[in-house]
Amino acid sequence: MHRFHKLDKMTSTRCAVCKYFRRRCPPDCIFAPYFPNDNPQRFTCVHRFYGASNIGKMLEEMPVQLRADAVESLYYEAKCRIQDPVYGCVGIITSLHRQIQIAQSQLAKAQAEISFLDANFVGVEPTSSLSESLVQQNGVEHDLDDPFSTWFY
Amino acid sequence: MGSGSSPCASCKLLRRRCAKDCIFAPYFPPDDPHKFAIVHKVFGASNVSKMLQELPVHQRGDAVSSLVYEANARMRDPVYGCVGAISYLQNQVSQLQMQLAVAQAEILCIQMQPEPELPAIHPSMMDCDTKSLVLSGGNTGNFGDPMPQFLSYTSSNNNAIQDPLKRESLWT
Repeated sequence: MHRFHKLDKMTSTRCAVCKYFRRRCPPDCIFAPYFPNDNPQRFTCVHRFYGASNIGKMLEEMPVQLRADAVESLYYEAKCRIQDPVYGCVGIITSLHRQIQIAQSQLAKAQAEISFLDANFVGVEPTSSLSESLVQQNGVEHDLDDPFSTWFY
Repeated sequence: MGSGSSPCASCKLLRRRCAKDCIFAPYFPPDDPHKFAIVHKVFGASNVSKMLQELPVHQRGDAVSSLVYEANARMRDPVYGCVGAISYLQNQVSQLQMQLAVAQAEILCIQMQPEPELPAIHPSMMDCDTKSLVLSGGNTGNFGDPMPQFLSYTSSNNNAIQDPLKRESLWT
């Protein structure tokens, strides 16, 4: 009876990772804070793409206060990969790059139109438009590689 | 051994015999060992193998490229990886859409401004040609013309790309 009671206590406090691997969950288990046993699907999802030892090494190499965010980002990437097994979250990055190109093109056209209207509207001094000021203030800069341009051109 | 006589980068790193039908060989040539090393470090060789096996052959090249991209992003940013890039780009899209909305509103404002009034001219100040033109109702001004059609714009793109930082309350 005492032995079964001890086993129940061990199994009920194991994190999802140790439960998955059917091993004892030590008090200082690196996975336990981020993979609670009431959400086994979370680890299953991440483990599908990232090896457990790789995850453990990644977490060990970063400060404790950043580990929760790291696990969340791994979980997000794993879910993206389940949805899109070929491109994963890189498909989203490619799509965002395209959206940025389209928006920049539309903005340039709109600003050209404003300049045109200002120049042709008699009695109005052409001044720097509000939209141009906003662009100068929050200039769009991104030096992230567009994966689409790297792969296909 | 893969496509050539030397083992592919994967089998070289894993120190095993590179079979003729090695699943890694087409995508991890021996002259680029870093490519597999980084993917192996982040995902693990067995996971990569499983992922490739689940895909049709013609999609495996792109899958490997995306895995390499993700692995590189994760090495550059061990905490956020690609998610950091997604968040940054989504922010850029939002800013651009806001700027575009402001510009479009500005265009509407300019178009809705009333036409400036021409100064009153006494008939005695006009020459004959000008007088006849005014009396005939001729209007050479373009102030009432519609917006030039060469500049067309669409409403901002409303793709349902979710912000990874807001999705399912990730960052509470």
